[in-house]
Amino acid sequence: MTIAWASFTPISAFLGGCLIGLAALLLMVFQGRIMGVSGIIGGLFGTASPAERGWRLAFLLGAVAGPIIWQAVTKAPIIWQAVASGPQFYIAAFLVGLGTAIGSGCTSGHGICGLARLSPRSLIAVMAFMTSAVATVAIVNHI
Amino acid sequence: MTRLITALIIGAIFGTGLAIAGMLNPSKVVGFLDIFGDWDPSLAFVMGGGVLVNAIGHRFVMKRKAPIQSATFSMPTSTNIDKPLVIGSVIFGVGWGLAGLCPGPVVASLLLNGQAMLPFFGLLITGLLVGQIVMRRLT
Repeated sequence: MTIAWASFTPISAFLGGCLIGLAALLLMVFQGRIMGVSGIIGGLFGTASPAERGWRLAFLLGAVAGPIIWQAVTKAPIIWQAVASGPQFYIAAFLVGLGTAIGSGCTSGHGICGLARLSPRSLIAVMAFMTSAVATVAIVNHI
Repeated sequence: MTRLITALIIGAIFGTGLAIAGMLNPSKVVGFLDIFGDWDPSLAFVMGGGVLVNAIGHRFVMKRKAPIQSATFSMPTSTNIDKPLVIGSVIFGVGWGLAGLCPGPVVASLLLNGQAMLPFFGLLITGLLVGQIVMRRLT
Protein backbone atom coordinates (compact mmCIF):
# COMPACT_ATOMS: atom_id res chain seq x y z
CA MET A 1 0.00 0.00 0.00
CA THR A 2 1.13 3.51 -0.89
CA ILE A 3 -0.64 6.82 -0.25
CA ALA A 4 -1.65 8.79 -3.34
CA TRP A 5 -0.57 12.17 -1.94
CA ALA A 6 -1.06 13.91 -5.30
CA SER A 7 -4.79 13.21 -5.31
CA PHE A 8 -5.31 13.50 -1.51
CA THR A 9 -7.82 16.31 -0.84
CA PRO A 10 -8.73 16.16 2.86
CA ILE A 11 -10.04 19.74 3.20
CA SER A 12 -12.50 19.74 0.30
CA ALA A 13 -13.49 16.19 1.25
CA PHE A 14 -14.20 17.22 4.82
CA LEU A 15 -16.11 20.39 3.81
CA GLY A 16 -18.18 18.48 1.25
CA GLY A 17 -18.83 15.83 3.89
CA CYS A 18 -20.03 18.50 6.34
CA LEU A 19 -22.52 19.77 3.72
CA ILE A 20 -23.78 16.20 3.18
CA GLY A 21 -24.20 15.85 6.95
CA LEU A 22 -25.99 19.21 7.09
CA ALA A 23 -28.41 18.07 4.38
CA ALA A 24 -29.12 14.88 6.34
CA LEU A 25 -29.72 16.91 9.48
CA LEU A 26 -32.05 19.38 7.73
CA LEU A 27 -34.10 16.58 6.16
CA MET A 28 -34.59 15.11 9.63
CA VAL A 29 -35.48 18.43 11.31
CA PHE A 30 -37.88 19.56 8.56
CA GLN A 31 -39.44 16.32 7.32
CA GLY A 32 -38.46 13.75 9.94
CA ARG A 33 -36.85 11.56 7.32
CA ILE A 34 -33.61 9.64 7.03
CA MET A 35 -31.60 10.93 4.08
CA GLY A 36 -31.00 7.60 2.38
CA VAL A 37 -30.88 8.06 -1.37
CA SER A 38 -31.63 4.43 -2.29
CA GLY A 39 -34.68 4.54 0.01
CA ILE A 40 -35.78 7.89 -1.38
CA ILE A 41 -35.62 6.53 -4.95
CA GLY A 42 -37.24 3.21 -3.96
CA GLY A 43 -40.13 5.02 -2.25
CA LEU A 44 -41.12 6.70 -5.50
CA PHE A 45 -42.60 3.45 -6.73
CA GLY A 46 -45.38 1.13 -5.62
CA THR A 47 -48.12 2.30 -3.30
CA ALA A 48 -46.59 5.61 -2.15
CA SER A 49 -49.06 8.51 -1.75
CA PRO A 50 -48.66 11.66 -3.88
CA ALA A 51 -47.33 13.56 -0.82
CA GLU A 52 -44.76 10.81 -0.25
CA ARG A 53 -43.68 10.95 -3.87
CA GLY A 54 -43.59 14.75 -3.84
CA TRP A 55 -40.85 15.39 -1.29
CA ARG A 56 -38.79 12.51 -2.67
CA LEU A 57 -38.93 13.87 -6.19
CA ALA A 58 -38.17 17.41 -4.97
CA PHE A 59 -35.13 16.18 -3.02
CA LEU A 60 -33.80 14.24 -6.05
CA LEU A 61 -34.35 17.21 -8.37
CA GLY A 62 -32.42 19.38 -5.92
CA ALA A 63 -29.59 16.84 -5.86
CA VAL A 64 -29.46 16.92 -9.69
CA ALA A 65 -29.49 20.74 -9.76
CA GLY A 66 -27.01 21.39 -6.91
CA PRO A 67 -23.81 20.36 -8.70
CA ILE A 68 -24.89 22.11 -11.93
CA ILE A 69 -25.49 25.38 -10.06
CA TRP A 70 -22.21 24.92 -8.16
CA GLN A 71 -20.33 24.34 -11.42
CA ALA A 72 -21.92 27.41 -13.01
CA VAL A 73 -21.10 29.63 -10.01
CA THR A 74 -17.51 28.48 -9.46
CA LYS A 75 -16.81 28.03 -13.21
CA ALA A 76 -14.72 25.00 -12.20
CA PRO A 77 -15.76 21.88 -14.12
CA ILE A 78 -16.66 18.92 -11.93
CA ILE A 79 -14.24 16.12 -12.74
CA TRP A 80 -15.72 12.82 -13.87
CA GLN A 81 -13.42 9.95 -14.81
CA ALA A 82 -15.09 6.60 -15.43
CA VAL A 83 -13.48 3.43 -14.11
CA ALA A 84 -15.80 1.01 -15.84
CA SER A 85 -17.50 0.67 -19.20
CA GLY A 86 -19.62 -1.84 -21.05
CA PRO A 87 -20.95 -4.86 -19.14
CA GLN A 88 -18.98 -4.04 -15.96
CA PHE A 89 -20.63 -0.59 -15.82
CA TYR A 90 -24.15 -1.89 -16.33
CA ILE A 91 -23.81 -4.91 -14.05
CA ALA A 92 -22.57 -2.49 -11.37
CA ALA A 93 -25.70 -0.34 -11.79
CA PHE A 94 -28.03 -3.31 -11.35
CA LEU A 95 -26.10 -4.62 -8.32
CA VAL A 96 -26.14 -1.19 -6.64
CA GLY A 97 -29.93 -1.06 -6.96
CA LEU A 98 -30.49 -4.70 -6.00
CA GLY A 99 -28.11 -4.62 -3.03
CA THR A 100 -29.38 -1.38 -1.53
CA ALA A 101 -33.01 -2.58 -1.77
CA ILE A 102 -32.22 -5.90 -0.03
CA GLY A 103 -29.77 -4.32 2.42
CA SER A 104 -32.20 -1.43 3.19
CA GLY A 105 -29.77 1.37 2.47
CA CYS A 106 -26.62 2.76 0.89
CA THR A 107 -23.70 5.03 1.71
CA SER A 108 -25.97 7.93 2.68
CA GLY A 109 -28.68 6.10 4.66
CA HIS A 110 -26.50 3.55 6.47
CA GLY A 111 -23.24 5.51 6.23
CA ILE A 112 -23.99 9.16 7.01
CA CYS A 113 -27.32 8.78 8.84
CA GLY A 114 -27.10 5.33 10.43
CA LEU A 115 -23.62 5.79 11.87
CA ALA A 116 -24.58 9.22 13.24
CA ARG A 117 -27.57 7.63 15.01
CA LEU A 118 -25.30 4.83 16.30
CA SER A 119 -27.53 2.22 14.64
CA PRO A 120 -26.03 -1.28 15.03
CA ARG A 121 -27.76 -2.40 11.80
CA SER A 122 -26.13 0.43 9.87
CA LEU A 123 -22.72 -0.27 11.37
CA ILE A 124 -22.95 -3.88 10.17
CA ALA A 125 -24.17 -2.73 6.75
CA VAL A 126 -21.31 -0.22 6.37
CA MET A 127 -18.72 -2.86 7.35
CA ALA A 128 -20.29 -5.31 4.89
CA PHE A 129 -20.38 -2.96 1.88
CA MET A 130 -16.98 -1.41 2.62
CA THR A 131 -15.42 -4.87 2.81
CA SER A 132 -17.01 -6.14 -0.40
CA ALA A 133 -16.25 -2.88 -2.24
CA VAL A 134 -12.57 -2.98 -1.21
CA ALA A 135 -12.38 -6.67 -2.14
CA THR A 136 -14.01 -5.98 -5.53
CA VAL A 137 -11.55 -3.17 -6.35
CA ALA A 138 -8.63 -5.35 -5.21
CA ILE A 139 -9.74 -8.14 -7.56
CA VAL A 140 -10.44 -5.81 -10.50
CA ASN A 141 -7.23 -3.78 -10.13
CA HIS A 142 -4.69 -6.26 -8.84
CA ILE A 143 -5.61 -9.80 -9.90
CA MET B 1 -45.65 23.50 -1.23
CA THR B 2 -43.18 24.71 1.40
CA ARG B 3 -42.35 21.04 2.10
CA LEU B 4 -41.41 20.59 -1.53
CA ILE B 5 -39.28 23.73 -1.54
CA THR B 6 -37.33 22.70 1.57
CA ALA B 7 -36.83 19.20 0.14
CA LEU B 8 -35.55 20.76 -3.10
CA ILE B 9 -33.09 23.03 -1.23
CA ILE B 10 -31.91 20.18 1.01
CA GLY B 11 -31.35 18.04 -2.09
CA ALA B 12 -29.31 20.86 -3.65
CA ILE B 13 -27.15 21.13 -0.49
CA PHE B 14 -26.61 17.36 -0.63
CA GLY B 15 -25.67 17.40 -4.32
CA THR B 16 -23.32 20.36 -3.85
CA GLY B 17 -21.68 18.60 -0.90
CA LEU B 18 -21.09 15.52 -3.05
CA ALA B 19 -19.55 17.69 -5.79
CA ILE B 20 -17.22 19.56 -3.41
CA ALA B 21 -16.24 16.31 -1.69
CA GLY B 22 -15.13 14.70 -4.96
CA MET B 23 -17.75 11.96 -4.66
CA LEU B 24 -19.01 12.62 -8.20
CA ASN B 25 -15.76 11.33 -9.68
CA PRO B 26 -15.89 7.50 -9.87
CA SER B 27 -12.10 7.37 -10.25
CA LYS B 28 -11.64 9.19 -6.91
CA VAL B 29 -14.12 6.87 -5.19
CA VAL B 30 -12.28 3.80 -6.48
CA GLY B 31 -8.99 5.45 -5.43
CA PHE B 32 -10.36 5.39 -1.88
CA LEU B 33 -11.52 1.78 -2.12
CA ASP B 34 -8.16 0.69 -3.60
CA ILE B 35 -6.34 0.24 -0.29
CA PHE B 36 -3.95 -2.31 -1.84
CA GLY B 37 -2.90 0.09 -4.60
CA ASP B 38 -2.17 3.82 -4.66
CA TRP B 39 -4.58 4.71 -1.85
CA ASP B 40 -6.36 8.08 -1.69
CA PRO B 41 -7.81 8.37 1.86
CA SER B 42 -9.82 11.55 1.04
CA LEU B 43 -13.25 9.97 1.19
CA ALA B 44 -12.71 8.95 4.80
CA PHE B 45 -12.87 12.70 5.47
CA VAL B 46 -16.19 12.93 3.61
CA MET B 47 -17.64 10.23 5.83
CA GLY B 48 -16.03 11.83 8.90
CA GLY B 49 -17.44 15.30 8.18
CA GLY B 50 -20.88 13.97 7.30
CA VAL B 51 -21.21 11.74 10.35
CA LEU B 52 -19.77 14.43 12.65
CA VAL B 53 -22.19 17.20 11.62
CA ASN B 54 -25.17 14.86 11.55
CA ALA B 55 -24.32 13.18 14.87
CA ILE B 56 -23.90 16.46 16.74
CA GLY B 57 -27.08 17.95 15.25
CA HIS B 58 -29.09 14.77 15.64
CA ARG B 59 -28.88 14.95 19.44
CA PHE B 60 -30.60 18.35 19.36
CA VAL B 61 -33.13 17.45 16.66
CA MET B 62 -34.34 14.45 18.66
CA LYS B 63 -35.29 16.70 21.57
CA ARG B 64 -38.10 18.05 19.39
CA LYS B 65 -41.53 16.43 19.63
CA ALA B 66 -41.98 16.50 15.86
CA PRO B 67 -40.24 17.70 12.69
CA ILE B 68 -41.03 21.25 11.50
CA GLN B 69 -43.01 20.21 8.41
CA SER B 70 -44.27 16.76 9.31
CA ALA B 71 -46.36 15.19 12.08
CA THR B 72 -43.84 12.59 13.18
CA PHE B 73 -40.26 11.44 12.81
CA SER B 74 -40.14 8.40 10.50
CA MET B 75 -37.31 6.34 11.94
CA PRO B 76 -36.32 2.81 10.91
CA THR B 77 -37.99 0.35 13.28
CA SER B 78 -36.03 -2.81 12.54
CA THR B 79 -33.16 -3.51 14.93
CA ASN B 80 -32.14 -7.09 14.17
CA ILE B 81 -29.06 -7.93 12.18
CA ASP B 82 -30.47 -10.32 9.58
CA LYS B 83 -29.28 -12.04 6.43
CA PRO B 84 -30.88 -9.58 3.94
CA LEU B 85 -29.08 -6.66 5.62
CA VAL B 86 -25.67 -8.32 5.28
CA ILE B 87 -26.17 -10.02 1.91
CA GLY B 88 -27.78 -6.94 0.36
CA SER B 89 -24.97 -4.71 1.63
CA VAL B 90 -22.33 -7.10 0.25
CA ILE B 91 -24.07 -7.05 -3.17
CA PHE B 92 -24.21 -3.25 -3.07
CA GLY B 93 -20.49 -3.09 -2.21
CA VAL B 94 -19.60 -5.22 -5.24
CA GLY B 95 -21.55 -2.85 -7.51
CA TRP B 96 -20.02 0.19 -5.84
CA GLY B 97 -16.51 -1.20 -6.32
CA LEU B 98 -17.11 -2.18 -9.96
CA ALA B 99 -18.08 1.32 -11.11
CA GLY B 100 -17.26 3.69 -8.22
CA LEU B 101 -20.85 4.88 -8.09
CA CYS B 102 -23.36 4.74 -5.23
CA PRO B 103 -26.95 6.06 -5.48
CA GLY B 104 -26.37 9.66 -4.28
CA PRO B 105 -23.63 10.52 -6.78
CA VAL B 106 -25.57 8.76 -9.56
CA VAL B 107 -28.50 11.14 -9.03
CA ALA B 108 -26.23 14.17 -8.57
CA SER B 109 -24.42 13.57 -11.86
CA LEU B 110 -27.51 12.70 -13.95
CA LEU B 111 -27.29 15.90 -15.99
CA LEU B 112 -23.52 16.40 -15.70
CA ASN B 113 -22.91 13.13 -17.55
CA GLY B 114 -26.31 12.19 -18.82
CA GLN B 115 -25.08 9.93 -21.58
CA ALA B 116 -23.42 7.57 -19.10
CA MET B 117 -25.53 8.21 -16.04
CA LEU B 118 -29.08 7.97 -17.41
CA PRO B 119 -28.71 4.30 -18.47
CA PHE B 120 -26.87 3.60 -15.20
CA PHE B 121 -29.75 5.18 -13.27
CA GLY B 122 -32.28 3.15 -15.26
CA LEU B 123 -30.53 -0.12 -14.41
CA LEU B 124 -30.11 0.96 -10.79
CA ILE B 125 -33.88 1.49 -10.54
CA THR B 126 -34.45 -1.91 -12.19
CA GLY B 127 -32.22 -3.47 -9.54
CA LEU B 128 -34.10 -1.61 -6.79
CA LEU B 129 -37.46 -2.88 -8.04
CA VAL B 130 -36.18 -6.46 -8.32
CA GLY B 131 -34.78 -6.11 -4.79
CA GLN B 132 -38.16 -4.88 -3.52
CA ILE B 133 -39.82 -7.97 -5.03
CA VAL B 134 -37.20 -10.21 -3.40
CA MET B 135 -37.83 -8.53 -0.04
CA ARG B 136 -41.61 -8.98 -0.36
CA ARG B 137 -41.10 -12.69 -1.11
CA LEU B 138 -38.91 -13.05 1.97
CA THR B 139 -41.40 -11.52 4.39
